[in-house]
Amino acid sequence: MLLANLPALQVVIPLVSAPLCLLLRNPRHAWAWATLVSTMVLAVAVMLAQRVYAEGTISYAIGAWATPWGIEYRIDMAGALMILLIAAIGAVIMPYARRSIRHEIARKHITLFYTSYLLCLTGLLGIVVTGDAFNLFVFLEISSLSSYVLISLGSTRRALTAAFQYLVMGTIGATFILIGVGLLYMMTGTLNMTDLAQRLPEVTDTRTIRVAFAFVTVGVSIKLALFPLHIWLPNAYTFAPSVVSAFMAATATKAGVYVLLRFFFTVFGSEFSFTAMHVGEILMLLAFAAILVASLVAVFENNVKRMLAYSSVAQIGYTILGISLASTAGVSAGIIHLVNHALIKGALFLALGCVFLRLGSVTLKDMHGLARHMPWTMAAFVAGGLSLIGMPLTAGFISKWYLVSAVLAAGYWPLAVLVLVSSLLALIYIWRVVEAAYFNVPGAAMQKVKEAPASMLIPVWLLIGVNLYVGIDASLIFSMAQQAADTLIGQALQ
Amino acid sequence: MSPEITLLACIALPLLAPALITALHRWPNPREAVTLLTSGGLFLLVLSLHHLVLQGTRPAINIAEPIPGLKIGFEIEPLGMLFALLASFLWLVTSVYSIGYMRSHHESRQTSFYSYFAVALGSVMGIAFAGNLFTLFIFYELLTLSTYPLVTHAGDDNAREGGRMYLGYLLGSSVILLLLAIVWTWSLTGTLDFRAGGILEGTVTPGVASLLLVLFIFGIGKAAVIPFHLWLPAAMVAPTPVSALLHAVAVVKAGVFTVLKVAIYIFGIDFLAQVPATQWLTYVAVATILLASLVALRQDNLKLLLAWSTISQLSYIVLCALLITPLGIVGGGLHIVMHAFAKITLFFCAGAIIVTTHKTRISEMNGIGRRMPWTMAAFTIGALSMIGLPPTAGFISKWYILLGAIDAQQMFAVGVIIISTLLNAAYFLPIVYTAFFRSPKNNMEHGLKDTHGEAPVAILLAITVTALGTIVLFFFPDLPLDLVLQLAGESK
Repeated sequence: MLLANLPALQVVIPLVSAPLCLLLRNPRHAWAWATLVSTMVLAVAVMLAQRVYAEGTISYAIGAWATPWGIEYRIDMAGALMILLIAAIGAVIMPYARRSIRHEIARKHITLFYTSYLLCLTGLLGIVVTGDAFNLFVFLEISSLSSYVLISLGSTRRALTAAFQYLVMGTIGATFILIGVGLLYMMTGTLNMTDLAQRLPEVTDTRTIRVAFAFVTVGVSIKLALFPLHIWLPNAYTFAPSVVSAFMAATATKAGVYVLLRFFFTVFGSEFSFTAMHVGEILMLLAFAAILVASLVAVFENNVKRMLAYSSVAQIGYTILGISLASTAGVSAGIIHLVNHALIKGALFLALGCVFLRLGSVTLKDMHGLARHMPWTMAAFVAGGLSLIGMPLTAGFISKWYLVSAVLAAGYWPLAVLVLVSSLLALIYIWRVVEAAYFNVPGAAMQKVKEAPASMLIPVWLLIGVNLYVGIDASLIFSMAQQAADTLIGQALQ
Repeated sequence: MSPEITLLACIALPLLAPALITALHRWPNPREAVTLLTSGGLFLLVLSLHHLVLQGTRPAINIAEPIPGLKIGFEIEPLGMLFALLASFLWLVTSVYSIGYMRSHHESRQTSFYSYFAVALGSVMGIAFAGNLFTLFIFYELLTLSTYPLVTHAGDDNAREGGRMYLGYLLGSSVILLLLAIVWTWSLTGTLDFRAGGILEGTVTPGVASLLLVLFIFGIGKAAVIPFHLWLPAAMVAPTPVSALLHAVAVVKAGVFTVLKVAIYIFGIDFLAQVPATQWLTYVAVATILLASLVALRQDNLKLLLAWSTISQLSYIVLCALLITPLGIVGGGLHIVMHAFAKITLFFCAGAIIVTTHKTRISEMNGIGRRMPWTMAAFTIGALSMIGLPPTAGFISKWYILLGAIDAQQMFAVGVIIISTLLNAAYFLPIVYTAFFRSPKNNMEHGLKDTHGEAPVAILLAITVTALGTIVLFFFPDLPLDLVLQLAGESK
């Protein structure tokens, strides 16, 4: 019975535990509860992913109300990959969060933090498992609202303005998606994604549908921080607590990309999206701009968190570049990069969180000579940085390889050169951190700095370890990504 | 041990040694013993595979498959065997040298020095034994990354600047040009295996092949072809053992080794003849030979002079690869060995001078031969080898290179080699003259009496071995020659 309802449990477990968390006044209890829930969520995700891998797409009707009138939860390979990613990141971050959150957030707010975190987890997982367009909007809003709270809990007052900025832009984005979904509903009379896919081909030639497509595209682009709608991201990542930056960098924008994939391939169909609406060319252009501009800005940043935030915008550009090719090679390269980048950025932000814990700052100037005092943390940062640059034996190299191959196969060799040149830009900004930490003479304040605690180092190195493992054996991720891409592109009618 | 296990051990041993070296951080003598045992053991392991390769056996093993269709795999063939023997033997000698150098110079952070050194040599073994271009690229990048901490060992601003140029040039060329060439090759042919006769013939047009060749030659930045050569002088900020082994032997030879492998096993000598770019790149190699020698003429800093000389000598080998005749291959392969022995001797001497007298400029070295006769005698042997005079090893390789150039009917290449020989004489012989025949009173530092003696024993030991090697290789060139002849036969 339990197993049959797994898809619902994936969302229900964190959803129900969030208000329960609110009852736990003691921060330590709240943390323990959140950790327990994250572990359960991960277990459910693993079981679901195994089922999808073995049997194919899972379809589940909420409340046993038949589709297309009832809400359907539909998990295909892309969804399975995403729930694994989100759940795994959530589980790895929890042991880390205990020390980090205690240090960065006021005691009275810690329970609120874990509650919002559980809600955010609910929202993200819900986005990824649902097969209903409006349900997707609901979960999107749940994850967005809770992430506004999470960001605002940062240690400086600028966290509030950053959260507000994100709130405004995020609400616009979500509203646009809602408008798009509403227009779709008006024209087809259904909200179920598969049903929409079946009914849309009859009405795609109308202005209404084209407008709906445009609204959805812009709305999703805000959510996934596609250049030039990325403006909320740098501030949000910089001023949020370290754990939140890591969690969001690894999951929130990835869920945004998932929404894009769902709408473009499953709902509208690749023929309409890419051939009729030429969204591929637009995405390619924007991805190009994202990669170049964001990497350049990152080179000149002195606050390492902000540097990594801009780096994330550039990396999202890589993913979108792969997707814009609309080929199996391209989309699977985009998905692989999605997963790999989540691993890399998660590890990098967590390492920075260790630095913030001991140092109280993440500016380059304050990090002079840090490597002597925090060797393991900086070693993890270097490893993650090398993966970001795309050095062999790391996950970043694998995704870069696939991306360059896909771009070359599609015939766009200048873009291939762009991808490689931007790796060098990544080298420059990563190396600025390496030089600051390993070369300069440490200041007086550095003398008391110790290495980060094990509870924080282990999650960092776990993510780095997965990074290196994927660098040597990417077969599982590759087969899942390719299956996901095949399912998505092959979905004209299902 | 089966050959495959020995092969893996050759790569794993130096990569695992740093763990032990770091553990023995507080006990310098056991720590150094680990380095010596590792390098000695490595040389013996490599040597044990030598006879198999001569017989024609090609031990091979795959260890992973990161991307479906692309394996991390190793296979030993004659050129790889040659390179591995060279690198492992000279690592043993350099380890002895390093101990003398690092201790007399009171260098800091010696543990990390020896650790990264071992990793670098492990990467060299990986490059030497790589069975496909993918594996080679992995270890090629690993070599760049593991030598960076060695180049910037001093930790000061100079080191940092030098490190930036080093990384910038090497990673820049490898990521933008070499990786592009590799991925493109893979997408065109579906494989990256090293095969006799190459993998490109029949699958790509000569036009595309030209583009690929250009990307490869310039992408292999470690071969220091102009304009991707400036990392080599910049790397001279490193401690001299690093400059000696890595930037005279391991890193630079990894570069020209890769060039030769690509020419022989990816393009194939016969196919290269049909590629238009081959002739143009010959001109680039020739330009590098001449320009680098001209710059070397103007150097007062001994290490910088040697660095520019190396850039020039490396393009001899690049030229050989592009001469597309078997004799050219023989000359190129031989030059890898002969130049290595001579250059490492010269760098060892430069380091000996630094450690004993703290002098780096030739203008300060008047009469130094009288106080350091052993060192400067070795330097003279190295210099003669660079010029290419008997009875030194350099004569043998230059002979074959000239034969190869004549065989390819590239007479201008013959002319360039002759001019380059004269230039070599022009910048090496004055150093010998200055050392032995100039009076110390003319040194730039007046009023400071030179009271130093010879270099420390460990350093002298290393210098003697390599200088002797330079002479021995003239009389007994069979070890490298047999392997290279087999290579030339295979390339047909």
